[in-house]
Amino acid sequence: MALTSQDIARVANLARLELRPEETEHTLGQLNGFFALVEQMDAVNTEGVEPLAHPAAVLGQIALRLREDIVTEPNQREESQKSAPAVERGLFLVPRVIE
Amino acid sequence: MSLPKDLHDLGVVQLAARLAAREVSSVEVTQHFLARIRQHESLGAFLATDAEVSLAQARAADARLSAGERSPLLGVPLAHKDIFVTRDFPTTAGSKMLADYRSPFDATVVSKLGVAHGAGMVTLGKLNCDEFAMGSGNDNSAYKPVQNPWDTSRIPGGSSGGSAAAVAARLVPAATGTDTGGSIRQPAALTGITGIKPTYGRCSRYGMVAFASSLDQAGPMARSALDCALLLSAMAGPDPDRDSTSLDLPAVDYATDLIAANAQGMGATPLKGLRIGLPAQFFGAGCSVDVLKAVRAALAEFEKLGATLVDVSLPLTELSIPVYYVIAPAEASSNLSRFDGVRYGHRAAHYGDLTDMYKKSRSEGFGDEVTRRIMIGTYVLSHGYYDAYYLKAQKIRRLIAEDFQKAFAQCDIIAGPVSPTVAWKIGEKSDDPVASYLADIYTLSSSLAGLPGMSVPAGFGEHHMPVGLQLIGNYFKEAQLLGAAHQFQLATDWHMRQPNGI
Repeated sequence: MALTSQDIARVANLARLELRPEETEHTLGQLNGFFALVEQMDAVNTEGVEPLAHPAAVLGQIALRLREDIVTEPNQREESQKSAPAVERGLFLVPRVIE
Repeated sequence: MSLPKDLHDLGVVQLAARLAAREVSSVEVTQHFLARIRQHESLGAFLATDAEVSLAQARAADARLSAGERSPLLGVPLAHKDIFVTRDFPTTAGSKMLADYRSPFDATVVSKLGVAHGAGMVTLGKLNCDEFAMGSGNDNSAYKPVQNPWDTSRIPGGSSGGSAAAVAARLVPAATGTDTGGSIRQPAALTGITGIKPTYGRCSRYGMVAFASSLDQAGPMARSALDCALLLSAMAGPDPDRDSTSLDLPAVDYATDLIAANAQGMGATPLKGLRIGLPAQFFGAGCSVDVLKAVRAALAEFEKLGATLVDVSLPLTELSIPVYYVIAPAEASSNLSRFDGVRYGHRAAHYGDLTDMYKKSRSEGFGDEVTRRIMIGTYVLSHGYYDAYYLKAQKIRRLIAEDFQKAFAQCDIIAGPVSPTVAWKIGEKSDDPVASYLADIYTLSSSLAGLPGMSVPAGFGEHHMPVGLQLIGNYFKEAQLLGAAHQFQLATDWHMRQPNGI
């Protein structure tokens, strides 16, 4: 199953990426090369196998810990916004969202 | 009697001893290494240095030494891979996306090693790496490639290529690295240094710029297993409030047993009883002859030390490539969605509406390999493909992890090559992503299983380039790996070899 340039455009939009036309062609070729490799996975029988998300879970149940739902972080607004592209009165500026 | 050595020829243990004896100050050591870093700037190992910051840290370490404190890393300098966020230095993750980014906090690993709240190490700067740790040649850095000190026309490996090159060139006695699919072990192998990726969850991921959250793991890179053991002892440990995937296992002192082993007499068989498993799939035609030769010779040395070699099988080794390159990009596409040009990172100069701002900012900020992986990840997670790709890969991931457990029923440690070849020429695989993915074959399966793995210098292959021996342990068995590597390093001197002219 090969991807088409329509697939590339659809995925790029989902990923919020903008590919130049020549990039689309190039990416298409590379991704199709890659998915030829991925198709090797079809040869493995995985019926009844549970997906493994946390690697150490292979040893048994892993409980991801939760912490108390309390405020622990100090306010660091200024420091946190130092690297922001556009800030005004402590708020992040973005283009108009609602017309 | 050995001749007095230059400071940069000393490892972590020796530098710490000189500092503890007050034969040299941390400020002097720091100045020496900073001068060396400047002298070898053309290697491209560093992305940021700041002498004032480093010297202030060194003065703080000297103050602790003057006050009588003695701890194993106090005053010794190191540098951090630019994946760890730092308050005192910029953090770019090797990407234009984060040019000039300054973190409001330190990564847990940085803080644990540092002089303010931790082991007392002085940070010399930030080390170059592949963009967002995606790559195996360091040629995906958005800033500059890193040269291999053994042959500056060759790659140092990646993604922790700056860390590896800096240690190999003795610009730093030690460095941090991160390993998602081999990014500590492979560059360590290709530059002739020692590196360990601990069990997934050993070190906190808090403050590591995220690539693939179920795989990313921090680890030390240095010249010897003993130096790595000292660093790992300080880096590891639970981080209950910051990283929900960090393991609830207390920090371990990995170094004391190794230091005790130094005192043992020669001629003993210190590894008697250790069973080393050799997976047939790691020794096949895919591995070049020169690498296999060095690896076999290293294994013969392990036999002399008392270990026995047994045959094991990891039948899904080849499948680890597609499985990893589905899972890691899937997680990356999710993690990298945070780069939207709003809170931090690059924002395009010209755009229309909000969506257009996202698209232009991201496309300008991310390099080719990162873009490719985001595309792959988005595709395999998208409606209609999730089961066939992502879920299927996670199922095979379990089978791969189970195969390791079957192998560990027959052996204590698994060994093989780290990389199928020695370091290649800069630019050689730049436009063939699949070719570079295939070269990760020996490191991916243990990453998928979350097992600890290390690379130990094992001699030289073609073009007199270094070869690494990979040792893979069972879960939480870092001490066993480091102990075996240390015995090997007491018996051999591959880890002491230095590139010419540096």
